[in-house]
Amino acid sequence: MDPHAWLARQTRWSGAEIGFWLAALLPFLLFPTYLTLASQIAITALFAVSLDLILGYAGIISLGHAVYFGIGAYTAGLLAKHGWGEPLTGLLAGAAAATLIGFLTGLIVVRVRQLALLMITLGLGFLAAEAANSMGRITGGADGLQGISVWKLFGVFEFDLYGYTSYAYSLAALFLVFLLSRRLVHSPFGLSLRGIRENQRRMPAIGAPSHRRLLKVYTIAACFAGIAGALLAQTTQTVSLETLGFQRSADVAVMLILGGTGRLYGGIIGAIIFMLARDQLADMNPQYWYFWIGMLLMAVVLFLPTGVLGGLARLVPQRWRTA
Amino acid sequence: MISQIVGVLFDGLAYGMLLFLLSVGLSVTLGLMNFTNLAHGSFAMLGGYVTVTLMRGAGWPFLLTLPVAFVAAAVASVAFERTLFRRLYRATELNQVLFTIGLVFVMAAAAAYVFGTVTQPMKVPDYLQGSVRVWGINFAVYRLFLIGIALVITVLLVGALEMTRFGAQVRAAVDNQRMAKGLGIDVDTVFAITFALGSGLAGLGGALAIEIVGLDPSFGFQYLVYVLIVVAVGGLGSIGGSFAAAILLGVSDVAGKYYVPQVGAFLIYAIMVGLLFFRPAGLFGKR
Repeated sequence: MDPHAWLARQTRWSGAEIGFWLAALLPFLLFPTYLTLASQIAITALFAVSLDLILGYAGIISLGHAVYFGIGAYTAGLLAKHGWGEPLTGLLAGAAAATLIGFLTGLIVVRVRQLALLMITLGLGFLAAEAANSMGRITGGADGLQGISVWKLFGVFEFDLYGYTSYAYSLAALFLVFLLSRRLVHSPFGLSLRGIRENQRRMPAIGAPSHRRLLKVYTIAACFAGIAGALLAQTTQTVSLETLGFQRSADVAVMLILGGTGRLYGGIIGAIIFMLARDQLADMNPQYWYFWIGMLLMAVVLFLPTGVLGGLARLVPQRWRTA
Repeated sequence: MISQIVGVLFDGLAYGMLLFLLSVGLSVTLGLMNFTNLAHGSFAMLGGYVTVTLMRGAGWPFLLTLPVAFVAAAVASVAFERTLFRRLYRATELNQVLFTIGLVFVMAAAAAYVFGTVTQPMKVPDYLQGSVRVWGINFAVYRLFLIGIALVITVLLVGALEMTRFGAQVRAAVDNQRMAKGLGIDVDTVFAITFALGSGLAGLGGALAIEIVGLDPSFGFQYLVYVLIVVAVGGLGSIGGSFAAAILLGVSDVAGKYYVPQVGAFLIYAIMVGLLFFRPAGLFGKR
């Protein structure tokens, strides 16, 4: 099959996908009391999708992706705290800051592989967390950013405790970013990323300059992570150090492996499962939560390394598969 | 002034020696099998808890608990290696990382469940407390003890690596695993023994660390980060590299926290990122 036709077939919306996005509207009707949780899930799913772009498609194993999330969150939060609470521009500001830092750090990150890459992303994460901690006068340090007040969306919809605006806002952002990501991965650029993931040295030989492509996708992923962070700051009206922390980076990696890497929906499914489980087990002692997450992680890696979606994909008969 | 610098260097050296004990095992096994074992710090934690339990529960003297900590960590690591880790040798690095992180979570939670989240109190024997005064500077006895043990172990390790047949097999397998297998070296057994030794050393390091940095369930993760920095900076598979990197890190950390406390922890991460960018294989690494 000709590559362009194959790509075109990938981009067709399947019934399951349309069903999924329509189902995302259900919480408004069926679970109106859970809308704040739903918006949190949407934000986390967005973050997971951004990590999938670099981890699942480009093969950059990053344990420090939360840096961009945190930068987006702090930027939007600081903007709102110091008088400009307009949500959409705040979102763009957060995304811009994260994009810039993503580009600058990406210059370093894309040039290393394996252990050095792991260590550099980990190191960048800790550097950012330490920096945010020391700049306590600006960031609020360990207490977090307080006094954020976000204006009404479009001047009409208020961010209140009921969560209607929060969920609609987050879901819209998630859908938009998802559309962009989908377009990105089902394109020759996206294919070249997968090529780079499989064999980085060979790609330049067939015309795809590895470092430049990786830098592009890394910057884009940082932008999306920044959007997720800004959303968090605006919907919860608080920002803390843990938005930058290792915990957040590790959690999102867990969600991705749970749902399945390299399939955009994997991050979303993983986020849904993880957040719902955490909400249900919230009253559990934190030690036990980490025990079970650890066991789950080990079990998934041993028995279901392609994640939930990978496992489900194996159940679909060969002739119906598109990938 | 001089005494201050010497004091800081001494403390940094002691801390570096501790980091070396904790890291050397990971460096060699990573270089040998390319298996990213992030649970290495948790074996150190295991050694620490074994020592605490024996001392408090059974009243054992401190020095006697050290070999037990070594053996316990070695045995535990072999158990994990035979049952779980060997299935992941061919897995992607991400899977190895996530699996071993899961193990870290589980072991930390288990430690918290059994021992609670408090820092474990421990009292070293009297002959290891206090300090000696040389040229007008105070040197803590425990730190001298630590440096002494670490140097003895380093000599033993280097001797074993350079002068025994087993050491030659390890070096061969690190350099080129396939060729080594082709020459008839049983790489699996070599790896299992090296893994056990490395984890045992980590356990020993964990036991020795209690007096210096304290022991609680987060030890496994906290020191994992430092260990990874030492391994990455020193280069995989290199004992000399780990030694140099551990000293560098120990002295930088102590000096940084002493002279520029606001920048403290920042410094090590910045050094690491910078170093790795220019030399991704580490100071002494081969790849």
